[in-house]
Amino acid sequence: MKGLITMDDLTNDDIHSILADAERLLPVARGEMYLPLLQGKILGNLFFEPSTRTRMSFETAMKRLGGDVVNLGDVKTSSVVKGETLFDTIQMVDGYTDIIAMRHPRQGAARYAQDAARVPILNGGDGAGHHPTQTMLDLFTIQQSHGTLEGLTVILAGDLRYGRTVHSLSHALVRFGCRLIFASPDLLRMPAEIVEDLREHGADVTETEDLLGNINQADVVYMTRIQKERFADEDEYAKVAGAYKLHARDLANAKSEMVILHPLPRVDEIHPSVDSTRHARYFEQAFNGVVARMALLCRLLNIEVPAEISGGDA
Amino acid sequence: MADEHNMRRVTAIKNGTVIDHIPSGQALKVLELLNLSSDTSVPVSLVMNVPSKKMGAKDIIKVEDRELTQSELDRLALVAPESSIAIIRAYSVAEKLNVNLGEEVRNVVRCTFSNCITQNSREPLPHRLKVTKTDPLTLRCHYCQRPQDLDELIHNLL
Repeated sequence: MKGLITMDDLTNDDIHSILADAERLLPVARGEMYLPLLQGKILGNLFFEPSTRTRMSFETAMKRLGGDVVNLGDVKTSSVVKGETLFDTIQMVDGYTDIIAMRHPRQGAARYAQDAARVPILNGGDGAGHHPTQTMLDLFTIQQSHGTLEGLTVILAGDLRYGRTVHSLSHALVRFGCRLIFASPDLLRMPAEIVEDLREHGADVTETEDLLGNINQADVVYMTRIQKERFADEDEYAKVAGAYKLHARDLANAKSEMVILHPLPRVDEIHPSVDSTRHARYFEQAFNGVVARMALLCRLLNIEVPAEISGGDA
Repeated sequence: MADEHNMRRVTAIKNGTVIDHIPSGQALKVLELLNLSSDTSVPVSLVMNVPSKKMGAKDIIKVEDRELTQSELDRLALVAPESSIAIIRAYSVAEKLNVNLGEEVRNVVRCTFSNCITQNSREPLPHRLKVTKTDPLTLRCHYCQRPQDLDELIHNLL
């Protein structure tokens, strides 16, 4: 494995072993101890479009492990605005760093960058394409909650058309025999080619517009934000989006161990009343972004995470 | 007999390339694929919708005084994967070639997805479409992984 562009770059064994590394790195991610495994290594953060969680968690992950970070900075003030190609930008940063994390508005940009680079690329989102590091932290959170990834029933809800997190996650979940329920407005359905791909891999996939009526079956409900801009007018948005909002009272028939995830930021698709229920896991999920990315950085830089991590002070 | 008759619909060529067994109605696309529709330097003869034992109906193209290269012919697989090609020298078949799409179509067409990274024409890496299925022909962009619409693809030739 050179970089991580899509989940296809990881085998199921890779996923299990990276999640196990992440589990052991938890005390380091919490700042309870210092483990400079990546001392002397530099991460290039190339975010060609806005990111808060992904960029910050990559930076935190690198620094918790003793590594350093250089940032592209604001695209508006970088050479990109002067018309530099992605190829040239990558050539430059490739020379400065040991590994690159990038997000780009165009689909395929991460694969393109990997073909241009010597160092590994971590895809932090390419257009409506893939977001595999998010998927790894999602899988980590699911495994933390259920003790397994195998055979779960997972509802993915909201914007399944443009939401790249749900594309990568669906591909990963079917590899562990999960049953998927896609709940979305018709306009924002999972792209047909992805559904077709998943079914070709033997996936049990159901498409529905009914989120609330299916919640009682779910082990995991993965919520995403529906953006107003996707709709022709606000009335249409208001009519549709209401059906994809969760309130604590909607969870009365949910399985007791069911967990709700969300890649954040949320707007109003998860009511604050849900936050205090036992189902809410989205803030742990956001924290897990650090530990999952720590494990991935180590893996792609060929740095072994010790089998036992203990002792030492922060 | 039918085939011989078809071949005689246009004059036999002395030197050049004959592309036979093009699916009926696809000959104009083939000309476009091979950049022959805009090339006025060579005589080209076109026969369309003639009876074929193998295909029911087919198109044939004869290009005079030009031997198409294997890489030019491999483009044909996008619209006429079953076509057969003969290189003619002094009125005889000197060579027979088959089209071969291989596993990847490289630098022949641009991905049809409007938000693909390769839409920036200044990006220097090659355009790469992966052949994911041959029957029916299914191509996906190496970079953005979007499946390609073959009818649209023909307009994206490089």
